[in-house]
Amino acid sequence: MTELPLIGGAAPVAADTPGARKLAGAKIGVVTFPGTLDDRDAVRAVRLAGATPVALWHADTTLGDVDAVIIPGGFSYGDYLRAGAISRFAPLMAKVIDAANSEARLPVLGICNGFQILTESHLLPGSMIKNDHLKFLCRDQVLRVENNTTDWTRDYAPGQEITVPLKNQDGQYIADEKTLDALEAEGRVVFRYVGWNPNGSRRDIAGISNAAGNVVGLMPHPEHAVETGFGPETGTGTEGLGFFTSVLNKIVGDNK
Amino acid sequence: MPRIVVDVMPKPEILDPQGKAIVGALPRLGFTAFSSVRQGKRFELTVDGEVTEEILAQARNAAETLLSNPVIEDVVNVEVVEA
Repeated sequence: MTELPLIGGAAPVAADTPGARKLAGAKIGVVTFPGTLDDRDAVRAVRLAGATPVALWHADTTLGDVDAVIIPGGFSYGDYLRAGAISRFAPLMAKVIDAANSEARLPVLGICNGFQILTESHLLPGSMIKNDHLKFLCRDQVLRVENNTTDWTRDYAPGQEITVPLKNQDGQYIADEKTLDALEAEGRVVFRYVGWNPNGSRRDIAGISNAAGNVVGLMPHPEHAVETGFGPETGTGTEGLGFFTSVLNKIVGDNK
Repeated sequence: MPRIVVDVMPKPEILDPQGKAIVGALPRLGFTAFSSVRQGKRFELTVDGEVTEEILAQARNAAETLLSNPVIEDVVNVEVVEA
């Protein structure tokens, strides 16, 4: 993987083997809204995992033939109104919501602003408000994988701790007590902050899933921890890659 | 031109970090009478022509679906203001 070009398009892992061709057949869409920042990093993470990234535009009216969708981070519509509130009504989001709730259960991952868009879309419960300390925060953050049975976490061990970057201003996850109790009871708290709570999130929650486990949202950024030398300095620096290989394994496994 | 004013406030049980920061700053300017501040949002929707019941209903619907998030906010007021 270290042999990949660091500028421009990275070639798929282990270019021409039957296994690699099968992986590259998996198409993962990455949605860009006006104000999205991390779509290019998400595309790169998809490619490094061995799948084929597909650029999707918020105004598109079809998802094409993608096998999964990533809604990346950034400040769509400048966080105007509420973070994610305007993006939630983009034409493509109607398709994402339908596909996520359909029989096929399209895997959907929302990272940071993408997580905010998923809560505004009611694909995930609760909401995000300003960090309790009111400051934008950027740091490497340790997370514990609380549920490794979702489409996006199956390559992690239960209870595994991973370090990925965290960078946000509206990162405080909140929901009413009843919703929080239900999330805990159903194993839908997928990630928890370890060491300290960086934003006042209820019950140290960093990420959650829907009941089926195909929709996952989290505030920290696994797509920034996929490449040696360019991720967090603690740990391997590539501890976010498991998100992308997880969904890839899920897609390839389902198509056997 | 008549306007429909929509006021949205954070739910009472939700900590309002912005209000908390403001109440901390007030005494520094000598405003010592205020023990709490909560910050909300005011929207002004301009209507070309008369505000009918149907248009008012649309405004209420917009207030609940787009202008506020019922998980964290309440629509506390929707009223017509003649310019």
